[in-house]
Amino acid sequence: MFEKALTGSKKYWAWIIFLLAVIAVGFFSYLKQYSYGLGLTGMSRDVSWGLYIAQFTFLVGVAASAVMLVTPYYLHDFKKFGKMVILGEFLAIAAVIMCILFIFVDVGQPMRILNVLLYPQLHSVMFYDMCVLVGYLTINLVVGWTTIGAERKGIPSPKWVKPIIYLSIPWAFSIHTVTAFLYAGLPGRPFWMTAIMAARFLASAFAAGPSLLILLALVVRKVSKFDPDPGVGAIQSLVKIIRYAMIANVFFYICEVFTAFYSSVPEDMDAFKYVFVGLDGHTSLVPFMWTATILAFVGIALLIFPTRRNKILLPIALLSIFLANWIDKGIVLIIAGFVPNSFGRVTEYFPTSNEVSIVVAIYAIGALIITLLYKIAISVREQNQN
Amino acid sequence: MYKGGKIIVSLIIFIGIFTIPFFYNMGKANAGPDINLNSPVIQQLADKQCVEPTEFMRANHMQILSQWREEVVRNGQSVYVNSQGKSFEISLQNTCLKCHTTEAEKAAKTGGTSNSAVNASPQFCASCHVYTAVNPNCWDCHFEPKGAMK
Amino acid sequence: MSINRRQFLRRAGIVTALGLGGSFVITGFRGKKVDAASEYVSSKKGLVAKHWAMVVDMSKFKTEADFKRVIEACDKIHNIPDIGNPKDEIKWIWKEDFEHAFAGGENEYLTEHVKESPFLVMCNHCENPACVKACPTGATFKREDGIVAMDFHRCIGCRFCMGACPFGARSFNYRDPRPFINEVNPDFPTRTIGVVEKCNFCVERLADGLIPACVEKSNGGLIFGDLGDLNSEVRKIISTQFTIRRKTEFGTQPSVYYLVGGGKNV
Repeated sequence: MFEKALTGSKKYWAWIIFLLAVIAVGFFSYLKQYSYGLGLTGMSRDVSWGLYIAQFTFLVGVAASAVMLVTPYYLHDFKKFGKMVILGEFLAIAAVIMCILFIFVDVGQPMRILNVLLYPQLHSVMFYDMCVLVGYLTINLVVGWTTIGAERKGIPSPKWVKPIIYLSIPWAFSIHTVTAFLYAGLPGRPFWMTAIMAARFLASAFAAGPSLLILLALVVRKVSKFDPDPGVGAIQSLVKIIRYAMIANVFFYICEVFTAFYSSVPEDMDAFKYVFVGLDGHTSLVPFMWTATILAFVGIALLIFPTRRNKILLPIALLSIFLANWIDKGIVLIIAGFVPNSFGRVTEYFPTSNEVSIVVAIYAIGALIITLLYKIAISVREQNQN
Repeated sequence: MYKGGKIIVSLIIFIGIFTIPFFYNMGKANAGPDINLNSPVIQQLADKQCVEPTEFMRANHMQILSQWREEVVRNGQSVYVNSQGKSFEISLQNTCLKCHTTEAEKAAKTGGTSNSAVNASPQFCASCHVYTAVNPNCWDCHFEPKGAMK
Repeated sequence: MSINRRQFLRRAGIVTALGLGGSFVITGFRGKKVDAASEYVSSKKGLVAKHWAMVVDMSKFKTEADFKRVIEACDKIHNIPDIGNPKDEIKWIWKEDFEHAFAGGENEYLTEHVKESPFLVMCNHCENPACVKACPTGATFKREDGIVAMDFHRCIGCRFCMGACPFGARSFNYRDPRPFINEVNPDFPTRTIGVVEKCNFCVERLADGLIPACVEKSNGGLIFGDLGDLNSEVRKIISTQFTIRRKTEFGTQPSVYYLVGGGKNV
């Protein structure tokens, strides 16, 4: 079935070559970083996690969002999602692989990374994170490949796939909960130590992931003869889920802001001050935070009103929601967690160009995986349609 | 077999290319590693034996080093009592390299980097490890013998 | 022989798995023989304790030279690199002013003099360390004598411990440290890029029967001892005089105590 990814139009190959070029540039940047050390990034003694871990955090959410298609379709027999589920599972595979890559490039001694499995520490959240991520990748690979393979042969999926699909539902929740626990259990970081961190993660994931998925589905509709939503309202159903997930996400954020500022506890307020108005004259994250806030409200509004059915405004709404969540989780959350540092001082973080090129390259790898997997899915569907 | 002729011919060519190193070296007398066990410190020893008997060390020095590392760093046990009851301080720099080093190395400089590709192992270690092309990364952190200064 | 691609790949995979699995089993059996009739014991001259702790008496640090002597003692024997910029810097023990070392609970009526009073800070070797809880490989671990130790061989450089530490005590090797070591001490290893490090309460000196270097050079400003020994100086000070610790509200139970009011020699 993989051979289906190896045939395509000129535009398909041009896109693949473009992605490979971006990946090559990032690969060389990584070699530089591997020999010089992580000092080639913007990370410092005070801000010890930066863009890499932030992207990992965001992408775990995108990976988990496949559950928003799987649960209605498999658990509740919501047939409308039938044609889209495979796109969700393949997106999850690409997202988890990107997560693993981001961790790999962030770690100081990547060649020792198997130590996490060789010397497991049952008290460490990060150990469980590795386990659940690898497990989720395995589940989605097995389920995705088997279901599309069965479809290609024109037969129903084998029975043993069903329990694995049911397993993927709590497992998706677990990957993002465990990732949230990485942050929520650290005593010295008041910006992160909140009971609703996992809830916030899940809400933002279920808004951002399906938004990206619908945008990808619209692209699939445009570039192929396969329509993931042939007038059955799958996209609008997913829009409902996104709308309420995003409203929940914004509500949770307002809860956080209230708790911090009404209680007026200085440590709890400091990081929020840093991201919204600046702290001690340091304001580098302020424009990002406000952009995210505005985009979030714009996105929600566009999805509440009939604009959600508009062919142009729907993608804009979804892009707004995706970007709002990307800025919040992929830029602000991690960096602001270290501000102020344990001594009450502000050290700002600015990514370097080498670091950014590695980030872009890993996203390109994700895009490449999605392209290849979607091409396979589309080819199978197009073939069956004839 | 579909296209069987081409496949079998390509396989034979591939195996041929793959085994060139073996054929190239066939029949040639290839010297083994040149290990120098006659450092000045060893010559002055009454009982010329390493931490364990030579044959044992040859086969198992990697395991001994791993166990030593585990015991001294993680379990706080810094003395090794060998199979004959003799005690040794567990230290790569202060025990192993006390014997297995030469005067020349003692005066040599440590590389100014922790890149073990640049920081060569002391001659004793290098004599085998270069031959076998197995590069231990001990020298990223651990120093060669006393007296070696930047 | 008519075999399709999928069957061929499946059979090749099974044979490879059997071969690899078989080879692991064989080496597994072989590996058992290494344990000769040998054993490991602790050094007789090593200092032992139930719970190592330190009392910091800042009244004994009067001049800049007092601080420099103590900090340099640690830097020299542990090959701490001097990177020269706060982004990549590595520090095991350093000077921090009162306002920032004991951050939280701002008292706006404190004089500038008090806010800027210098304090020596280092890893607190907590009884309930957040960093040990976080470490996924056990590269940082708590010894039985209370010291939170680092195993640089196992550290993968994930820096989760740095996020977990509420005291900012840990540094990461963002670059190769060796070119930045001013005066190499060949008796102690350096670290390599990509691992986290911190104060280790001089475990290597303790194993040789010596007190930590900073304590030795502090002229009584740093008092080191066993909290589990009722007769030790640290135990006597802590149970009779007023001491504070950094950020106790997090429950990590630091083992570094700061004497308030200056020490009358115990």
